[in-house]
Amino acid sequence: MASITFENVGKVYPGGTRAIYDVSIHVEDGEFVVLVGPSGCGKSTLLRMVAGLEEVTEGKLYIGDRVVNDVPPKDRDIAMVFQNYALYPHMTVYENMAFGLRLRKMPDDEIDRRVQEAARILEIHEYLDRRPKALSGGQRQRVAMGRAIVREPAAFLMDEPLSNLDAKLRVQMRSEIGLLQERLGTTTLYVTHDQTEAMTMGDRVAVLRKISHEGESNLQQIDTPRNLYDNPDNLFVAGFIGSPSMNFVYGTIQEENGKLGVKFAGHTLSVDREAIAKRPSLSNYAGKEIVIGVRPEAFEIAQAVPNATDDQKMTVKPQLVEQLGSEAYVHFEMDSPPVITPDIQELLEDQGADEETLGSVTKFTARVNPDLAPETGQETVLVVDTSKLHYFDKDTGTAIR
Amino acid sequence: MTAEVGSREPKARRRDDLLPRGSVARLDPVGTSFWSRALVRAAVVVIAVMWSLPTAGLLISSFRSANDINSTGWWTALLHPFETTWTLANYEQVLTASGMFDAFVNSLIVTVPATVIPITLAAFAAYAFAWMQFPGRSFLFAVVVALLIVPLQMTLVPLLQVYNRTGLTGTFLGIWLAHTGFGLPLAVYILYNYISQLPRDLFESAFIDGASHFTAFTRLVLPLSMPALAAFAIFQFLWVWNDLLVALVFLGTDSAVATLTARLNELVGSRGQDWHLLTAGAFVTMVVPVVVFLSLQRFFVRGLLAGSMKG
Repeated sequence: MASITFENVGKVYPGGTRAIYDVSIHVEDGEFVVLVGPSGCGKSTLLRMVAGLEEVTEGKLYIGDRVVNDVPPKDRDIAMVFQNYALYPHMTVYENMAFGLRLRKMPDDEIDRRVQEAARILEIHEYLDRRPKALSGGQRQRVAMGRAIVREPAAFLMDEPLSNLDAKLRVQMRSEIGLLQERLGTTTLYVTHDQTEAMTMGDRVAVLRKISHEGESNLQQIDTPRNLYDNPDNLFVAGFIGSPSMNFVYGTIQEENGKLGVKFAGHTLSVDREAIAKRPSLSNYAGKEIVIGVRPEAFEIAQAVPNATDDQKMTVKPQLVEQLGSEAYVHFEMDSPPVITPDIQELLEDQGADEETLGSVTKFTARVNPDLAPETGQETVLVVDTSKLHYFDKDTGTAIR
Repeated sequence: MTAEVGSREPKARRRDDLLPRGSVARLDPVGTSFWSRALVRAAVVVIAVMWSLPTAGLLISSFRSANDINSTGWWTALLHPFETTWTLANYEQVLTASGMFDAFVNSLIVTVPATVIPITLAAFAAYAFAWMQFPGRSFLFAVVVALLIVPLQMTLVPLLQVYNRTGLTGTFLGIWLAHTGFGLPLAVYILYNYISQLPRDLFESAFIDGASHFTAFTRLVLPLSMPALAAFAIFQFLWVWNDLLVALVFLGTDSAVATLTARLNELVGSRGQDWHLLTAGAFVTMVVPVVVFLSLQRFFVRGLLAGSMKG
């Protein structure tokens, strides 16, 4: 077991392209850290740097107390699970798992003990004599995990190991890997582009982003899933974490008739002074335009909140209501130009949308009680929990605290 | 086992199900007419017959007596199989009196190493070109490819001069080296194309598992490249076995070293009129290539890589 430390790590490819700049992450011994971000954010590159498959061109990379910048992969005592599993097609499942141990000249009985043990944990006993091509996707995934487990390495590196599985199996394997890691207590660095996977699996989650301008680190924020969700550092993290994602709208905070209010798109909602007091810098922005972020679950249908006052309510006309049974999503438009900052732009591009498809209105999604969900087109009164609002500087995109 | 469940996939599957088990997947679009398919088949049959007819004639003639061969065509034997006198005398004479048996052994001695040596070297070279970083890699590879366009006839005279000086002329070692040299560029090129297409993940996984380049080569590349190695082995084996020019130039016709082709050539020269011996001699020459091809051809079809990546 060992910790993994990135110390101001950077990567410039021979052609001069910069992929990584100034990333510092410390993964504690036994910790499960997820690197998450849209494609091209450098998350896989970071992982491959730890594996020794990519050169570290700047900074220092530690495994335990040892700087491993120039240590070849086989001497790093790590095991990696690949997106495509990379099973050796000409070997049986048993041989696949034993391969790394044989190369390390381990005695046969010890190899057998470890392989059998891993097969038992992963429930792949009956497939030990099969070749990978005779296995289903989920089984191959397990074999790939098994190959990592038998090595008993200092750390597991996983590069989107679930992305080739179908949705249901992915959810199942997600919890299995989580449980397994907890049980083995092996330091794990896990890469994914799926924020749900990141949030559910990681002890801590590091949100990464493509370098958009000189001198900016790829690392946007690293924290526990809960903190990441509740206190995003900037618009990028706020928009990336959470599904459906956070709603953004331009607005202002101002004091009128002795009451603090947040104004956006023709609505004025009163804000609790305490919530504002928690963000001292917010007073500097009084009367200035800022970006207001509202999580979908900060909304609720008015009937569900009987003691809500009128200055917490807004009336909307749902354009689409998605009924999921356990919850319902109400989609409606705000009469306000959409918030398109470089952060949001990048997130939208990653989701395959572009500015034009958004038009000139801001789209909002509210998550409400499924029993009270309105019909599409039916005017609805929503209550906003203003203590859960997020505030961002509209130019820099950073959270105002 | 991919996550995308497109509407196209189930359709494609259903079409597959319509094909009988074990049949080759066909690319005929739906609605290809019966007549166009019949035409293609007829053409295939005609070509097959045209190619195998002379061989069949040769085979039949080799079992007929010298008199019969000189007086009637081989097809008369087919038309009247019971009135024809079938004989093994031709083979007996070819194998014993004409020294074809010694030549057969010589051919084996020449061909087996002249196949194994270039393939072994080429596989190592192809791996290095494909997966190892070293200075001058692309330049050296360009040189190897450039060698493909040098006709081997150009090298005969200078090479023979070197051989005469070093005493390699007329030795098996000499001809092994010659065939190795002539075969290497193509072998490196073909094997490089195959080996460089192996999935990168496999190597990375092996390196993390503790493999060196050498173990990656012996434990992964060699077993996974069997189809390419076998394909090239067949090429090289047949080329060396059927070669007359290089054998004549570097080995000569001395019966201690002469190959089957050289021997057969002499048979034509000395007894051009002895048809019955020629036919039997030709068949002795053909036996090995046919056996080699039939025993290795399954490697052409087998896809060893299936199953390593996502399903």
